[in-house]
Amino acid sequence: MPDLTQLYDSVVSGDAKATQIITKEALAAGVDPLKLVNEHMVPAMDEVGRRFEANEYFVPELLISARAMKAALELIRPLLIARGDKPVGRVAIGTVKGDLHDIGKNLVASLLEGGGFEVIDLGVNVSPEKFIETVNTKQANIVAMSALLTTTMPSMKTTIDALKEAGVRSKVKVLIGGAPITQKYADEIGADGYSENAVGAVALAKRAVGAA
Amino acid sequence: MHPLIQQLLSQGPVITDGAWGTELQARGLGAGESPDLWNLTHPELVGEVAAAYVAAGSQVILTNTFGANRIRLSEQAAGDQTTEINARGVEISLKAAAGRARVFASIGPTGKLLMNGDVTEDELRAAFREQARALADARADALVVETMSDLAEAEVAVSAARETGLPVVACMVFDSGKEKDRTMMGNTPEQAVKALAGAGADVIGANCGQGVAGFGVICQRMRAATDRPIWMKPNAGLPIMVAGLPRYTTTPAEFAGYIPALIKAGASFVGGCCGTRPEFIAAVSQVVRGH
Repeated sequence: MPDLTQLYDSVVSGDAKATQIITKEALAAGVDPLKLVNEHMVPAMDEVGRRFEANEYFVPELLISARAMKAALELIRPLLIARGDKPVGRVAIGTVKGDLHDIGKNLVASLLEGGGFEVIDLGVNVSPEKFIETVNTKQANIVAMSALLTTTMPSMKTTIDALKEAGVRSKVKVLIGGAPITQKYADEIGADGYSENAVGAVALAKRAVGAA
Repeated sequence: MHPLIQQLLSQGPVITDGAWGTELQARGLGAGESPDLWNLTHPELVGEVAAAYVAAGSQVILTNTFGANRIRLSEQAAGDQTTEINARGVEISLKAAAGRARVFASIGPTGKLLMNGDVTEDELRAAFREQARALADARADALVVETMSDLAEAEVAVSAARETGLPVVACMVFDSGKEKDRTMMGNTPEQAVKALAGAGADVIGANCGQGVAGFGVICQRMRAATDRPIWMKPNAGLPIMVAGLPRYTTTPAEFAGYIPALIKAGASFVGGCCGTRPEFIAAVSQVVRGH
């Protein structure tokens, strides 16, 4: 039976290899996979988030911790699926129509995966129709939109309006983010939430699906 | 020191230019449209921006080629026009400069994060090499690797730019951390100086990311970490949103008021980034050169 505090430490320090080894050992020793996630890995990602907010961690540290988390989840997820557990939520994420910036969107996608979400990354310049199609065909329950430009922000409203028209607005929580976005803008266009950074986006997504 | 840089600095601090994107928007560049494509479609309007900066007192102007690397242009289905867009960008600035200003050609980031696997180092190197070569062939005086958030990408760009034999300026965005003295990836001014000098940059500095008030400390720290000339292009303060569009509240006179301190802190090249316009450069010129 491995020392599970090491699992926490390996996620915080972003050691994917160690995270995977400890996870494997723990699973072999019969530890409940959900317990590994909820009692050790999620608190570790929370600590990573705290360090980011406190300016002790920067983007590289976030990415390597998310990667360690993901490495362990690759072992754990099949077990959860096999016994009928569902992912925390299913997110359709993309940079809105007219906007080609993807660094922020990719970062949020990585962290959401690290947070136990199933992420469907639609890429950049994503049309409202594409979001709707994904909600319908993949049963996404979160639509996450990114925009870097003040000139492309209005595509967020267009997408929300299109979701309404397609009759699927009530099936999803719409979360938005990006450099020019504010809470005020999110309220104006009728989004369900806004986060000013990628760490906050995970907490926001969890609240949106009632997982936090 | 490169002879061109030495020659420019022999007369004291050098005034560079201000923002281009907002000037092009004021001339009709549409939402989400690529400014770089305007070198082919609206060369006369791009030339107006360059000429406005020369008239305002810029001794160095940049080029409308910030996003003209193949990776970014391909997103606009214009990857095959990479060489032409860069060549025209240099031509437009050279014509507007008419011998009264030097043309330092702009090389911006690809928008892909190396560490996240968005792009490989080889792809980055190929893209920057191609752009630098096109700019050099069009007879730019120097190359400016600017607005870089990731030191790893900046190093690739600088070493690719070095291959042309032109002087290379490299500047990073410091907009993260409690004191706003880190890059997005967490690097300090000292780390940036070391890496950029190591990659062969002739001039090192900072641009964008925050208002002019925060640049003094970064300038000082860079100055203390290197003897290479320092390049500073701050934003005009922090924008507020008015009717969904950013508005910069710092006035030209306020902006120019910070410049003497920046020069004292060690800056050799001074100009502006987001929110600065020809009036800002005119005010800087007034403060620095008395005209």
